Amino acid sequence: MLTSGIILLEGGLLNPNPGLIFWTAISFFIVMLILSKFAWGPIVSMLEEREKGIQSAIDRAHSAKDEAEAILKKNKELLARADSEADRLIREGREYADKVRTELTEKAQQESQKMIAAAKDEIEQEKRRALDVLRNEVADMAVKGAEKIIRTALDAEKQKAVVDEMIRELAASRN
Amino acid sequence: MRVKAISRILALVVPVLLSLNSHVFAVTAQAEAPVKESATAAAPAGPATVAAPEGVAPAEATATHEAEGAEKPGEVIMHHILDNKVYPIEPFGEIHLPEIAAKPFGIDISVTKHVVMVWLACAVLLVVGLTVGASFKSLSSKESPKGMANAIEALIDFIRTDVAKSNIGHGYEKFVPFLVTVFFFILICNLIGLIPYGATATGNINVTLTLALFTFVITQAAAFKAQGVKGYLQHLTAGTHWSLWIIMVPIEIIGQFTKPFALTIRLFANMTAGHIIIYSLIFIAFILKSYVVAMAVSVPFAIFIYLLELFVAFLQAFVFTMLSALFIGLATAHEGHDDHAVEGAHH
Repeated sequence: MLTSGIILLEGGLLNPNPGLIFWTAISFFIVMLILSKFAWGPIVSMLEEREKGIQSAIDRAHSAKDEAEAILKKNKELLARADSEADRLIREGREYADKVRTELTEKAQQESQKMIAAAKDEIEQEKRRALDVLRNEVADMAVKGAEKIIRTALDAEKQKAVVDEMIRELAASRN
Repeated sequence: MRVKAISRILALVVPVLLSLNSHVFAVTAQAEAPVKESATAAAPAGPATVAAPEGVAPAEATATHEAEGAEKPGEVIMHHILDNKVYPIEPFGEIHLPEIAAKPFGIDISVTKHVVMVWLACAVLLVVGLTVGASFKSLSSKESPKGMANAIEALIDFIRTDVAKSNIGHGYEKFVPFLVTVFFFILICNLIGLIPYGATATGNINVTLTLALFTFVITQAAAFKAQGVKGYLQHLTAGTHWSLWIIMVPIEIIGQFTKPFALTIRLFANMTAGHIIIYSLIFIAFILKSYVVAMAVSVPFAIFIYLLELFVAFLQAFVFTMLSALFIGLATAHEGHDDHAVEGAHH
């Protein structure tokens, strides 16, 4: 134990050596100066340049992505608008067609009603005209009958009976 | 963290055990020393440069000479780990590094083993850095880097974003060159230490102290610049009531120095511990003089620790850089005074 301690101390692990300090300091300092000018300088500036390059590439990629997303969004919007437009057009067409159809049917119905009404009117008029004709004919017949009666026997009673009969006949045919 | 703690404990315990054994071994081995002497004589006599224990009396010189035949494992390990003015190239001999007679400011600036390793690391770092830098300059921003440039770029980017940016925050760019350099410097020093014939400069406390001093100076300068003198002094009071200043100010001032101290000791101890463990495991086979132990214990465990060291080399380089960035970030932060809590969490 003692020996090793003596060796450690005598061996001088911790001995100062100014010469070595001197040479280390000078050598290290000179090497540091030379290398920072000719080696680390260019390398570090290169690294910085590359860092900037990478950063700008990343930025560009990001902006391109944003742009693409914006375009995609716009496209989707346009597509949606076109879809709704088409829907609207179809719906409107359908509505218009419906309207036209109902209008047409209504018009047709009205027309037919009108036609039916006109036909009825005509029928009525024809009937009236026929009745008038009939009445004239009946009157003529009455006159003719009266003539006949007058010609055959013009007694009062007979005359009266004939007229009554005639009147009754007329009333029945009238109804 | 637990592995590191265990390896630290081992690093302390194993040399103790070894040196105990070596005493017994050294005594009993003397009988068969002549047999070994021819073998060991070929190897350079390392301990001679380390220092023969000064307490040894001249009368015992012959005894120590005999004992040299069986080197004390502890001494051999320390010889390998410590700094030397001799660069050993084991079977071939050794290189005596040049002494520099000039002593500026009265310090001996002779070249030592670790100075060579620091220079080697600097050279490797310069070659790698300049190659990569040149290949990046010729690269247009549209191209991707290839090969080594790609690998280095990944590490630099990691330090820049995950270490500097996340810890320092605003204005981190100024500190990136220092953090990157310190990371690669420590990493390369650590890795050189794992190569045969290499030595771990970061296992020397002087080197780690210097690096930590860089962090310290940069931290203080950054703090002054970010907060101004007034803000800096206010920071020292930790925002407490004036009556507590007599306690808080010394604590805060000490806190400024414990940070680089922790950096120094952490890196130094980690690197040293790993190497001591590897040497110790190998020496177990020599102490027990058994091929079985060598094959069953020493080699597999040494390989395991070696791989662990490879991981630790990266880890410690990262930790040093990370904590440097953290300290700079704490010093430059304008509000919030939770540096003690954060520091505590990292220890």
